[in-house]
Order: sequence, then structure tokens, then C-alpha cells
Amino acid sequence: MHMRKSIFFLMYLLFAFNIAYGQSREITGKVTDAKDGSPVIGATIRAKGGKAVAVSLADGSFSIKVDAKTVDLIISFIGYNDQEVVISGNVMSVTLTQNAQSLNEVVVVGYGTKIKRDVTGSIAKVGAKELTNTPVTSFESAIQGRASGVLVQQQNGKLGQGINIRIRGASSVSAGNEPLYVVDGVPVITNDLSSNGAQTSPLADLNINDIESIEILKDASAAAIYGSRASNGVVLISTKKGKNGTSKIDVGYFTGFQKPTGKREFLDAKQYVDYFTRAAKGAATQDVLLGYYDNIEDALTDELDYVESRFTRYSAGNEDWRNAKVNTNWQDEAFQNAPISQYDLNFSGGTEKTKFYASGQYLDQNGIIIRNNYKRYNGRLNLDHKVKDWLSVGMNMSFARSQNNRISNDNAFSTPLQIVALSPITPLIDPRTGLTSGALDLNTGVPNTNFPVYYNPLLSVGNQTYTTIVNRTLGNVYANANLAKGLIFRSEFGVDQLNQTEEAYYGSVTARNTGVPNGSGFYSSDQLLNINTNNFLQYSAIFNDLHNLDIIGGTSFQKQTNSSSLAEGEEFPSDAYKKLASAASKTDATSSSTEYSFLSYFLRANYKFNNKYLLALSGRYDGSSRFGANNRYGFFPAASVGWIISEESFMENMKWINFLKLKASYGLTGNAEIANFAARGLYSGDGAYGSQAGQRPTQIANPDLKWETTKGYDFGIEASIFNNRLGFEVDYYERNTRDLLLDVEVPGTSGFATQLKNIGNLKNKGIEFTINSTNIQTKNFRWTTSLNFGANKNRITNLGGQVLGTDVNKAKEGASLGIFFTKEFAGADPANGDAIYFLNTPKADGTLDRTTTNDYNAAADVIVGNPNPDFIYGFGNTFTYKGIDLDVLLQGIQGNDVYNGGGQYMSASGSNGFDNQTIDQLAAWDKPGDITMVPEARLFYGNGVNPSSRYISDGSYLRVKAVTLGYNLPASFTKKLKIERARIYARAQNLFTITKYKGWDPEVNADFQASNINQGQDFYSAPQLKTIVFGISLSL
Amino acid sequence: MKKRFINILMLGVTLFTASCDKQLDTTPTQSLDEKDALKTSKDVEVALVGAYADLGSNDFYSGRIFVCQDLLASTTEISWSGTYEQMTQMRNKAILVDNSFVSGAWLDAYRTINDVNKVLGALSVVNDDKKDKVEGEAKFIRGTTYFDLVRAFAKAWNDGDPASNAGVPLVLTPTVDINAGSQVARNTVAEVYAQAISDLTEAEAKLPDENGFFADKAAAAGMLARIYLQKLDYANAANAANRAIDYALAIGKDLTPSYADAFPTSDGNTSEDIFATQVTASSGYNAYQDFYSADGRGDIQINDEQIALYEPNDDRLNIFYESGGSKYCGKFDYLYGNVHILRMAELYLVRAEANFRLGTATGAEPLDDINKIRERVNLEPYASEDLTLDKILLERKLELAFEGGGLNDAKRLQINIALTSWNAPQLVYPIPIRELRVNPKLTQNDGY
Repeated sequence: MHMRKSIFFLMYLLFAFNIAYGQSREITGKVTDAKDGSPVIGATIRAKGGKAVAVSLADGSFSIKVDAKTVDLIISFIGYNDQEVVISGNVMSVTLTQNAQSLNEVVVVGYGTKIKRDVTGSIAKVGAKELTNTPVTSFESAIQGRASGVLVQQQNGKLGQGINIRIRGASSVSAGNEPLYVVDGVPVITNDLSSNGAQTSPLADLNINDIESIEILKDASAAAIYGSRASNGVVLISTKKGKNGTSKIDVGYFTGFQKPTGKREFLDAKQYVDYFTRAAKGAATQDVLLGYYDNIEDALTDELDYVESRFTRYSAGNEDWRNAKVNTNWQDEAFQNAPISQYDLNFSGGTEKTKFYASGQYLDQNGIIIRNNYKRYNGRLNLDHKVKDWLSVGMNMSFARSQNNRISNDNAFSTPLQIVALSPITPLIDPRTGLTSGALDLNTGVPNTNFPVYYNPLLSVGNQTYTTIVNRTLGNVYANANLAKGLIFRSEFGVDQLNQTEEAYYGSVTARNTGVPNGSGFYSSDQLLNINTNNFLQYSAIFNDLHNLDIIGGTSFQKQTNSSSLAEGEEFPSDAYKKLASAASKTDATSSSTEYSFLSYFLRANYKFNNKYLLALSGRYDGSSRFGANNRYGFFPAASVGWIISEESFMENMKWINFLKLKASYGLTGNAEIANFAARGLYSGDGAYGSQAGQRPTQIANPDLKWETTKGYDFGIEASIFNNRLGFEVDYYERNTRDLLLDVEVPGTSGFATQLKNIGNLKNKGIEFTINSTNIQTKNFRWTTSLNFGANKNRITNLGGQVLGTDVNKAKEGASLGIFFTKEFAGADPANGDAIYFLNTPKADGTLDRTTTNDYNAAADVIVGNPNPDFIYGFGNTFTYKGIDLDVLLQGIQGNDVYNGGGQYMSASGSNGFDNQTIDQLAAWDKPGDITMVPEARLFYGNGVNPSSRYISDGSYLRVKAVTLGYNLPASFTKKLKIERARIYARAQNLFTITKYKGWDPEVNADFQASNINQGQDFYSAPQLKTIVFGISLSL
Repeated sequence: MKKRFINILMLGVTLFTASCDKQLDTTPTQSLDEKDALKTSKDVEVALVGAYADLGSNDFYSGRIFVCQDLLASTTEISWSGTYEQMTQMRNKAILVDNSFVSGAWLDAYRTINDVNKVLGALSVVNDDKKDKVEGEAKFIRGTTYFDLVRAFAKAWNDGDPASNAGVPLVLTPTVDINAGSQVARNTVAEVYAQAISDLTEAEAKLPDENGFFADKAAAAGMLARIYLQKLDYANAANAANRAIDYALAIGKDLTPSYADAFPTSDGNTSEDIFATQVTASSGYNAYQDFYSADGRGDIQINDEQIALYEPNDDRLNIFYESGGSKYCGKFDYLYGNVHILRMAELYLVRAEANFRLGTATGAEPLDDINKIRERVNLEPYASEDLTLDKILLERKLELAFEGGGLNDAKRLQINIALTSWNAPQLVYPIPIRELRVNPKLTQNDGY
């Protein structure tokens, strides 16, 4: 809001030079906010029927000279209802009431701003209203559930981990699907630099409190100005600016705790022993069937001997398992107390010539999972200075330093939640040694190699560190020169410099996990420099009061260079030495670098006729180093039109319609998110063998490689009715992507597995709507509601006949990206307990054969689930009563499925190892005639553990995403304390979740394998965080 | 002043933009464009090293393909307690067509073949004094790769007619692009054996006597001995084994003093290794260690049924050790140990068996070869009248236990695996489903 105010103020100041001064009388006065009496800065005061215009100053005061004929003044300001007042005397006081529907709101678009009512593209905005009173620590929490058609998912509850954001569905199968992020005009680094196989979030370094607004460019016409990188939408992040007026200090603090959103139930000690005894009996039957034994008695004797010897082993070498003397709940051990605190300090202010915003923040957060901790410092200085009346310069500069003590990826035995695989009969402390189970085998003097059943992740506590430190400088400097009336030249130079180090040490007690007996460590360093320069001219003019023209054109150049190095060592003198300097064996050292560049030319023209008819045309000509010599440049045009019907004279009688706009857009955008040298045939020098250097072919060439192109159109209606109490926006869109960049499977006999080619098409279509309403507005009580909804249908129409995907998720023609394509599980064969599957092979009449088989190979793969939701929604309600405000945000996704990739171990009928089983496995087939979905327990016979619909469940959820209860201390009280504003609040995030999902949390995507295709997989993934904090914010 | 400022600014912007165009020409730093990769003799030599690295890939000569085949051939002599479903399928003789260790073996093998085809295609730039060596090594790699491909993915030589049974596709030229010609059909089993024999015969002729840890004459002849034995061609097997033994002895290789010495827990080849995949802390992977060693995953435990096969004072029993109530095989206890692909003991055993079957004594009497093996492990030498084919085969089984040969010996000797017939389709890998998807010319194996 503040930024909007100041922009308008600036514009009007410029405008003011051209106003001819009239004669007659001068009216002075003050404009204040009806709600809290604060001055409204930058409001326009206009003489009705006359030409005089004035703008309110920093204290809300104004002065306007009007001629004698003028009777009324019209006072207007963005975000407020227009106010018409009769002039009464020479000093006037005007109050404005805030408007729920802010059609005059300023919206940031690529290389400029627009007023919302004039926007013809589709842009979702998350602004001050959503961001101010609801402090969050991460970017994804700031927008999740806030913007229609924007799906935001965190992969799991580890801190700073990867996020997936899909704007109007996924547009690519193999290239990137994440939007382009632009912070204050600088496209930022989004590389995943993690060395541990789980992505980190490139946006984790942002101080959310620095953000003034987030604009999400959704349709082609809004995004096409970013050309070859706009297919996945563009997220524009604008930081706060100082504003003209009294200088201000803002102090904020909150503290609280976090807990997991859910837990899973596993077998206890008695159940475990009973169950695996059953599994041994099941195995004995199979032994006889396979001819390993002639009779069941011999097989039973051997199998029971075996399983009991294992019980003894896992019971720390004793027989305590026989009477469940030890009953360990390992799951609880994976979680820790998780306090969170954040400290904020901001200074802002300015004069007519210079404005500044300076901020600092410190965040200290423990993860809910043991060993997980995140600390971050941020600082920012945004400065703007008017050097000459035609020249202003400025900068937005920020630095961040974060330290993330990370845990292993979901697929590692050392990832804490894999602890659930350990047996409940295993004690936490091994009575033979008095140490954590697994720490020491008295026979060998080194950690146990086969006790407990797997590596005990608790051994990593205190003996394994993995620290990611990021130092990041992000910002730009700019100059604005007014070359002539209406013509502005702007030059921006932006830098995003990211230096990351990752350092790990795995102590000798973790040997079973690392395979290395005497400690191992690594150190990696990444230096990324992304420079960006934009130079463009803006021209705006109004002709004959009817034609508004606004043109912008210029060039952009971006280059990113990455250099990385990594060193690994083993054999440390003792665990007291943790640096590679002490490693006797340096096992690996690499350095590498890569780069890419984009050179672009862009042009956009907006034309408005008579305030009613809108036309926007844009084009971008993009060149990239990434593409084949034959297709280096691409052109991305877009056009859109709008018709503000409510301005038409025939609408004059329909007073209840305050605003009505129809809009349509069409445009092309591209996707260039592929590897930097993907078009070339390459040899790599990584073919070392026995310490001799080697090279080998690693990539087959494709000189024709080019962008993916998305052709998108959008039809929308925006309306505001009932005295602006109810506003809604509806959009229908289609996005057709062609020339999909695909890693196309090629015959392996060629020596290559895949080749990157432009083959294939996919389509997204959907509808979105947003409804904002002011339900109740009285002097003291106000209730507003905001609902957003997006339904997207994703369909791959052509993949050249391939089925892509290395896991259960596949990309397949005629289906949505990432569908679960595997066997359809039919439960246990009532006769013998075999896992059975529906054949699903086509019959002569075209229907599917629904008979069942125990031969997994014989059953056909069918679509058994879809990780893409049918629709997503957010529902926010804000109540304010005097100084109290309550904000409740519900967020949900509906119609998606989740595949439990860990099911083959944890819900495996005890037939795939000694992993502890989920409680539902107790329903296993026991005797002929049993009807159950859980096949017979057969130790190591893998009964029904192959991928199938057995492990699919509904992942829909409705979540109380955020509840904030705040209280603004009354002015009478704060005045005494000499503070301007004081607010205390409590906030809960992910308070509770309604879902049928049986796992930890339905918002999940196993971090080690997350990709465009691999979605909705759960693999011992940490649940999301339920956070409750208490905070205070003060303005001095 | 304003005007001049603006002019300078505009000029600057124009110049900057013009210079940017060149910035679109970036070059990779860790990779080389293929057209620049094989220009000199050195380039081709390092590409040959790269081929060894690919040969030693995770799913191929790291040994994983052999561990998988051991599991296919296993009954009660071991217990399997691993959670790699790909291997549980092997253990249960129920391989799925999308088993990733199967497709991995296929892809790794053909990648290796393309590597050496590229090397062979660039032989003209290799210095004359190195040409034979480079060609010999490349053909050794190709020959041995095809031999293991055809054994894994096709019917055994002695199962029906190898001249009509489908083998694997033979690709003998480097891939330059992907086109219709990239879809190749399966050659017959006999054709693939013939190609492997021809490659290895040429390799034997061209390879140097001694070649560090790379393939030498003994490796090529030794691999030929293995092939001939597999196709029941005992005369050629005895000859090839004899030549390999002679080459090896000439460069100072022979059985290590003790059995345990053949499986060291230290770096490098032993004096007994004829060919071994090199593993170091920074490159390579030893799958045997991963699955057999209690220090690795320890997924395979050795049962009493195996122990019962040995004579009581057999030193080879000492290779097994106990941990946590189970027995493990200690042949592969070093994380960075080389993967023994072919060792001297096997050559003596091939020579002995082939000579015995033929009643010949090429190179040595079968009795001497067998007793050489027995004496090392503290066993009484056989008297000549005691020696039988069964005893030779038992000696072979115990000497080479858990080294990856069990399945192919079972097929060659027509020994059923419990109720699974030696020539059952379940004991042949399926052609990977991913390969059938992209190549309509391929046919699937029986039983899949």
C-alpha cells in the first residue's frame, strides 16, 4: 500500500507541473482514513466539473485552488471508495473508507506497472493485505492458498527444502516446470545446488517482510514479455520502498513452537514378534512349493530357527523379545522439540528527494526432525534519490546469510524417519554396551554391521553434520531519466550473487551407513553469478483526452556463470578431526563450471480508448546459448483486449454494477529450462578407471533443439457490484504446449538411453475464479471474505508413442503428467493368500479382462491414480472488531492421489525384510477363505510388494492453513508509551488437516526423486510443520 | 548537459547490446563436443580407458549382473534378506520385465559396446606402435561384453538350436545419430558367440603379453576358454585355457599362496587375477562387496547347506565368517576391492575339466591341475584313479563359489535349480520392456 501511495504521489507531482493555475479561492484540508484516522498520502483532490487537481501530502494535508463555480470536490485514492464532498468553508476535513475491491490498485507487470482496472492479462496479486498482518518465514507459505490457479507444494517438512509451484498446471515433461522468479526486475538464480540428493528452495533466502507485493503473471499476454522463459508463468516480487513523510522504526518479534502435522502407527513389540513368526510360516509353505524342502516340517523348522535367531539379534542378543520386555516407539525418536523465533527491525522514511527503506531480520528455527535447524540473517537497503528534476537513481540491495543444518534425503538409511523400519523389540540403548543400539559391537570393537535391522539414524545425532551455508547478494541499481515529456529512459543493472558451501562429516560410528570405517567428509563450494541488465524506453501520452498510449521497448541481457568444486576424504585420525585436512585418503576432488546467456529485445504497447477499450500488444525476441545452432533465436508475441462495459452509457441505469470488464488474450511463451549444453553431442572426461584418466560419450547431439512453445489464450470477466461490496473475477484458459523437450527413449543398443528432442504436445485448460466480498461493515466490525478456486486439467496429447518415467509415475499420451500407471491390485487370493492383480488386458470386445492373476507380469499396467488435483482452493476470512483482527485461511486440494513408495517396505505383509510394519498389515490373509486386501505374510517372498495400486490413496485435503489473531493496542495507550502502533498476535499454521490419507501428511513429494513426472510420492518423507507462534510488532 | 548525458547513455547501451550477441556462444568446460573428442592418438587411448569405466558400470562388471545370476541359481545354500526388489525377483525366479537391474545391464553393456566401436572407428589416428594394443583391448571388451549379454538375455548354447535361437543384437559400428537404422533385430545365439570368439581371438593376437591391469593376452585367451567351455567345445576350451595359463605364468602370475590371498582387503590386483574390474575410492563399485559382505548390505547369508559341501579341513571354509548369528562370505570384504572377473584358478579348472572329458593332457594332466587347486587349500591330493568328472565339477563349484558362475554352470551341466528346470525361461533375463517400447524389431524371450 505504501508503495502504491508513493508511486501515485510521484506521478501526480510530475503531473502537477503541467497544471495551469486558476484564479479564485484556495481550499485547504486534510484527508484521513475512516478506520484509524491516519493521514492518507497521495490522494487526489479534484474539483468536480473543473480542471483543478491537488494531491494530499505526507500529513494528509492538501491545498487546492478552485474557481468560483466549483461546488463539489472529488477525493479519490487507490484502495478507497471515491468521496464526493460539498465545499463548506475554506478548511475541510475529509475521511475516506477503504474499498474491498481495489480496482485502482497498482499491479506490477513486466518492466512497469499498471492499474488493475486497465490490465487485460491475468495476474494474481498477493499484496500488503495478505502479507502485512500474517508473518510467515517462507515464500511458499506466503502464497499458498492465496492465489487462484497457483498450486504450491512443499516436498516435506524439512527446513529450506524444495518447493513445487505450478501456475495453471505443468507445461513441460522434461524441461523445467517452475515459474521464472524476478525480484525487483532481476531474474534470480533458481539452481538446485544441493549435494545430498534433496533439493533446496532457491527462495529460502528471502526476507518475506521485505516484500511489498508478489504478482503472478499467469496468462500468455501478461507473461510473454519474458519470452522464452515464461511458459510456466512469471512471479514478480517487489520489495518495499521508503515513503515520503515522517521516518519510522518498525520492530517485530515472534516466538513459538512447531510440531509434526501427523504420525503413522506401527506394530508394537508383541505384534511384531507374532507377525514375523506368521511370516516365517508363510515362507515355509513357499519353500516347499519351490522344492527347497520335501516337507513342511523341515521347512518350518528352518524358517522358525531363522526368524527366532533374527529376533534375538534385533533384541540386542537376548531373548527379551519372547515377552515383549522391550517395546520401543522408534517413530517418536525421529522428532525433536522445535522452537522458532524471528526478529525484525526496519527503518523507513524519506523526503521529497530521497527515500529509504532499511531492514534487518534474524530467524532461528529448529526443524521437527532431529538434527534439522535453520538460521538466517537478512539485511536490505532500498534507496531512491532524485539527482536532478529529470533524473533519479536508486538501488535495491539485499544480502542474506543462511545456515541450514540438513538431514539426509528421504531415501537414505540415515534420514531420521527411516527409523520407523527398526524393530520395536530393539532397545534404544544396547544393554551389552550401554550405548545407542548399533554404536558398538563388542566382538569387533567397531559399530554393529547387522544390528539393529538397519542403520540406526539416532547414531547420526551428534556424529553426523551436514551444513549448508548460503551467502547471497541480490539487488540492482537503476537510473530513470525523463528525456522529454512522457518519455522516460530506464536503465537497470542487477546482480544475484550466490555463494554456497556445503560441508559434511560422517563420524566413525556412522560406518554402517556410509560404508566407510574411519570417518568421511566432504566440502563443496558453488559460486554463482547472475548479471542482468535491462535498458528500455517508456513513452506515455494522452491524445484528445480519448487516446491513452503507453509504449515500452528495450533490451535485456542476462548471463549466469556457475563454478563449483567438491572434495571428499576418508580415514580420519579420530572423530575429533572433522576437516578434510585430516583425511588420510582424499577420495574425490572435482571442479566444474558452466554458463548460459540470454539476449532479448522486447516491445509492448498499451492503448486505451475513451477509458473503455483496452488493447495490449507485446513481443519478445529471445536468443539463448542453450539451443541448437539451427534454432538460436525465438519470437514470442502476445495480444490482449479488454472492454470496460461499465463505462458504457447503456450501463448507466444499472447502478448496482460498479465495474464490469471483459477481457481476452492470446500469446506465445517459451520454455528454455534445460541443461546448458543439451543440444550438443558430448564426450565427458569422467571415465577414469583405476586412477587412469578416461573419456566417454555421454550425450548424443541434436542441433535442431529449440524452445518449447506454449500457445495460450484466456477469457476473463472482472466485476464489482453492490457498491463495491462484492467483486469477482473469472478466467477460462487453455495452454497448448508444442515441441516438448523430451528425453526421448532411444534403443539402448545405440549406446545411449535417451536423446533430448522437441517431440510432443500437452495441454492445460481450466477455470479460475476469485471472489472478494465485504460481508459486514459497520463502524466497529468488519468481515471480509476471499475465495479463490482453480481447476486445471492437464493432458499429454503426444509423446511420440512413448511412456516416460522411471517410477510408478509416468508421462503417457492421453493422460495427465505423472499419472500412476501400474498394476491394479486386487487383494489377497482367498484360496492361498497370494497377492492378486486384475489382468486388465483388452478382450476381443474391447473391454478389459477383469479376472485376477497372481502373475504380476501377466497383469497389464493401467492408470490407477493421478497426482494432479482436480481443483485447488483457498478460502480466507478476516474479521476486525475495533482493535482486534482475526484472519482464518483454509486451503485445500482435491482429487489427487498419493503413492506410498515406502509401502513396499513398511506395508509389505512382512514379506520384504524385517522392517516394522504399519498397523494395517495385521489384516493379512491367514487361512483359506479369508477375504482381505493384505496378502499372506511370507518373509522374503515379496508377496504383493511390487508397485501396484495397493500403495495408492486419496491425497485430497482441507487444511486450516493459517489462523492469525491480532490485537492493535488502542491509540490512547500507545501514545502514552510514545509509540505509533503496537500489535500483539498469535498465529497458527497448518493447525489441522482433514484428509483420508493414512500417511504422515498428504502434502508430500519424496525429495530424492521429485521431478516433473514423479509427483505425489511419499517415501519416509517428513510431515509438514504445525507452527504456533506469538508475536508483537511495534511502530515507533 | 542533459542532452549530452543522454547521448552518451544511448551510445553505451547500443555498444553493450551489440557485444552481447557473441555471449550466446558458450562452451562446455567438463565436456567436449564429440567432433573434437577423438582427434589424436591420446584422445582415442583415453576413450578406451573410458570404455573400461563403462564396462565396470554398476549393473555390469561391477559384478552386479553376476550377483543377480548367483541369486537366480540359488536354493537353500544361501538366505536372501535384501530389500532390493530387483534382486528378490532373481532369488524367487520371477523377474519382471521392468527390472531395473536387467535394463541397467543391457544399457551398460551396449554403452560399453558403443564406446569401443567409437575407439575402433578412430583407430586410424592411433600411433602405429599402439594400434594393435588399442584394437586388441577394444575387441577384448566387445567380445567379453557380447558373451555376457548373450548368456544373460538368451537361451543357453546347449538349449535347443543356437543357430536359430534368438541372441542379442550385434552392433559393430559407432552410433553417430539416432535414426531408423538404430532399431536393430536380435542376431542368433550362434552369431553372437561367433562374434565374441572372433573379437577375443583377434584380441589375443594383438594384445601385449603384459598390460598392467588392462586386458592382456592371458585375459583374452582366458575369456575364450570360458566361452568354449560354455559351448561344450572342450578341445578349444583346453587349448585356450592352456594358452592363457602359459601367458600368465610367463608374466609371473599364478595361484596366490593361500586362498584368502586371492581375496585381499587391500587395493590392486592379486597375482592370480587374470582380469579384474578396477575399483578405487574415487571410481568404480564392487557389487559383490555390497551384497555379500556384512560390512556392506550383507543381504546374502551363507547357510549350512553350503558349508556341508566342503571337506572338514578345507581352507576355503575359513573364508566364511559369522556376524550377528549369520554366516557371510568373506571373499569381498574390502569396499574398494577390485572385482575379480577371471582368476587363475578358473583356468586350471577349465583345462582340467576339458582335458578330462577329452581324455587329453593339453598342457598338463587333469589330475595335476586339480591337485594344484586342492593343495593350496590344505586338501589331500587325489590319486589319479580317484579323479572323476563329478569331483572336478565339485572342486570347481567350491573353488569359484559366489563368484558369479553358478547359473551358467548349471545351464551348461543341465543341473536343475530345485524345481526350476535348467532351461526354464525364468532363468533367462527378459528383454527390458523399455527396449521393446522403442525397438519394434526386438522379440521378447519365452515366459515374459
